[in-house]
Amino acid sequence: MKTILKLALVMTLIFSFSAAYAAEKLNGAGATFPYPVYSAWAFDYNKVTGVQLNYQSIGSGGGVKQITARTVDFGASDEPLKPEALAKEKLLQFPAVIGGVVPVANLGNVKPGQLKLDSASLCKIFLGDIKYWDDAQLVKMNQGLKLPHSEITVVYRSDGSGTTAIFTEYLNGVCPAWKDKVGAGKAVKFPVGIGGKGNEGVANYVKRTANSIGYVEFAYAKQNKLDHTQLKNAAGNFVEPSFESFEDAAETGDFNPQKSFYLWLTNAPGKGSWPIAGATFILLAKEKTDSNKHVVKFFDWAFKNGDNKAKELVYVPLPKSLKDKIRGYWKANGLQ
Amino acid sequence: MPITFNKKNPVDLIFSFLTAVASFTVIFLIIGIIYVLISESSLAIERFGVIKFLTSTDWNPVKESFGALTNIYGTVITTFLSLIFAIPVAIGIAIFVTEISPSFLKGPVGVAIELLAAIPSIIYGMWGLFTLSPIMSRYVEPFLKKATDGIPLIGILFQGMPMGIDILTASVILSIMIIPFTASIARDSFNLTPAVVKESAYAIGATKWEVVKNVVIPYSKLGVFGGIVLSLGRALGETMAVAFVLGNNHRITTSLLDAAATITVTLANEFAEADNDVYLSSLFYLALVLFVMSFITLAIAKFFLLKAERKYSR
Amino acid sequence: MTREQQRKIEGKIALTFSTLAAFLGLFWLVFILGDVLVHGIKALNLSLFLNDPTPPGTEGGGLRNAFIGQLLITLCATLIGVPVGVLGGTFLAEYARGRMIARIISILADIMVSVPSIVIGTFVYAALVIPIGHFNGWAGAVALSVIMIPVVLRTTEDMLSLVPWTLREAAFALGAPYYKVITQVVYRGAATGILTGILLSIARVAGETAPLLFTSFNNSFFSLNMNQPIASLTVTIFQYAMGPYDNWHEQAWAAAFVITIFILLLTIAGRLIIKWRYR
Repeated sequence: MKTILKLALVMTLIFSFSAAYAAEKLNGAGATFPYPVYSAWAFDYNKVTGVQLNYQSIGSGGGVKQITARTVDFGASDEPLKPEALAKEKLLQFPAVIGGVVPVANLGNVKPGQLKLDSASLCKIFLGDIKYWDDAQLVKMNQGLKLPHSEITVVYRSDGSGTTAIFTEYLNGVCPAWKDKVGAGKAVKFPVGIGGKGNEGVANYVKRTANSIGYVEFAYAKQNKLDHTQLKNAAGNFVEPSFESFEDAAETGDFNPQKSFYLWLTNAPGKGSWPIAGATFILLAKEKTDSNKHVVKFFDWAFKNGDNKAKELVYVPLPKSLKDKIRGYWKANGLQ
Repeated sequence: MPITFNKKNPVDLIFSFLTAVASFTVIFLIIGIIYVLISESSLAIERFGVIKFLTSTDWNPVKESFGALTNIYGTVITTFLSLIFAIPVAIGIAIFVTEISPSFLKGPVGVAIELLAAIPSIIYGMWGLFTLSPIMSRYVEPFLKKATDGIPLIGILFQGMPMGIDILTASVILSIMIIPFTASIARDSFNLTPAVVKESAYAIGATKWEVVKNVVIPYSKLGVFGGIVLSLGRALGETMAVAFVLGNNHRITTSLLDAAATITVTLANEFAEADNDVYLSSLFYLALVLFVMSFITLAIAKFFLLKAERKYSR
Repeated sequence: MTREQQRKIEGKIALTFSTLAAFLGLFWLVFILGDVLVHGIKALNLSLFLNDPTPPGTEGGGLRNAFIGQLLITLCATLIGVPVGVLGGTFLAEYARGRMIARIISILADIMVSVPSIVIGTFVYAALVIPIGHFNGWAGAVALSVIMIPVVLRTTEDMLSLVPWTLREAAFALGAPYYKVITQVVYRGAATGILTGILLSIARVAGETAPLLFTSFNNSFFSLNMNQPIASLTVTIFQYAMGPYDNWHEQAWAAAFVITIFILLLTIAGRLIIKWRYR
């Protein structure tokens, strides 16, 4: 009898807590690319408004899947969905922030930004055609650096990743052999290497595996003190990833609200553009009008107040003109 | 013996009904699991059929072409290797605990082995990533690579970069996990050998080792074998211990120093993000394959264990 | 060398290997536990229990939400799994003893015990997450209870079968209805065995990660709401250990330490109860 009473008490407590703690909650999931900036924004937003925006970085593939299944309030994907796909799943899409995908290498004696790569060599490394760090092509570009005679360990994303989508979109554009053998997309069949889960996993593996090379969003490279490389861009200049080179790439972008902002920023033509830049997108389910309004409120706040935080983490906040276009899109779709 | 109770007593009726419902949930759950697995994978089964899916090495979400072979290969290789590493150690432990150790040690050693079994698999995985993998990549794997360089068959097993994130490390972790399981079943089987048979062997002058080798082990063959198959089933279904150090590369490789993929790790990594129907359905198809594999393993194990039981109760 | 000496040496070598094997097993145990201990204690501090996670790069984060979430999920799983398991085992050992249905359910329970926990996770995802429309803590608790039920059921069935039939007959002879015989006589007799089974099954599910990955998902905020995604220690350890941030790794070790100690204590308690009772 006593145990039954105790049980009943426990259950009532549990349920009452559930009811009491119905602080406003929003659930989002998706790209690991913007996770550092989204979680920073959500943290600050919570301090200001008390709303708990729970963002789980499970990869762009996960973001698309979960919003399509309507198991979350918003999805996040670095790979923009085409208007036809959006119409089919009844989704809305808009960009939130811009960043850059950066090759990172773990070569003991090489400092960040020292190693130079161009599109051909990057492509061949990831195809497995260049197997050793002291390959002739790499040595030619990097006179003055002592590259070891070690096998290159390639690290890629094992999960459905928008970062992979941006990276492979770039390779597709500059390397016919890649387009032929592998193709572009969130989850491609990488010919060689080991797979890490999320930007976090790739960064982790590169960090602990000597002579490895992987690709991550720049915030991850910075936060984890990984050695990024330089890349030769479309204009023929070697650039380092930075706020300026990302912004340069972003400026060339013509985002069109009519096409639901579908756009790739890879291989941007600018003189100082970083060749693997990309925007990251938010996906909303059309019919969830109530939660959509709250999600939009969050991003509106982030557009107004989150620029400095984004810059701190080396993301490029959207240019004002684009933010206005997005606000127009929201109004047109009844979200604001 | 058939139980009869007063069917007119309402409390008895209710209580018996409650217990019956409770036990029937097992039936419903099993049926539910099988039903869900089959219905969710029906799309993939239609698209790829059975033989083609099981023998295709494709795992291409972009081109929407899926095959289970790479995952099955990874599962089978890691499980097989882990058994090879674990069985000698487990049998050794069982021999030690039953025959060699002084009685004051039997309890503590037994408890220690059970504690090994109680450690959650994610701890194994984490420890594997942070501690074992660097040791493997810095010392063990380069040594193995150099030692087998040039030896025709075995040399192939150790090609490639010793990264520590590969089949070999995953198998070692898995083997540590199943040692306690196999050891305790082996120990129980060894203990079932009737003392009288052992004593007769001692009486004609056998050494301790000869008693173990020629009396205890043959006697408990069936039980030990059943235990090994049970451990195989456990290793098949392990996810977290392997997820950290396997490397997630869908391919068939001959080198143990390469990354691979198992069914469980693929499910863990890709389930939440399969963004098209065929992809998700193929993942459920994989889960179905794994379910069938562990079911068959369990059936085989049960067969041997039941045979052993029957033999001993004669 | 005489044949006898040969046999003796052979024996000594073989037995030495066995002893070495036992020590190898012990070595792994000490190595792993020691590692968890050393790294875990280093990172253990009060803020781990009192604070919620902060965004990567910000100091001062803790795992309060994960600890509470893990407790909540495990508690709910136990509340669901234990009654069903115990009652089910009672049915098999009492009302249906000797009948075909008891054999069938027993075998089905054994099958369920060997279903990989990740497959159970996929099942609960299809059964509970999709219909409800979002990840939720209840799905996680149900997934864990699906793992618990067959274990508790079989242990209860075995323990109840051990109680001598004469005990029941004596109670019947006094005129007790069957349910009273079960609750007041048989349960009491098998109490320690059932309790051990329960403790061990809790120890088993408290460390499970795979079934929670796509049911209760994860939550970076503190929450007691089981209708929404909720943080759990095991999934958080997975996330943090696979991540690149050093302070995430430290927190993962500390969390691993806490969970391991908890589970080991439960396991030891279970074993001790049996020993104490059947002294």
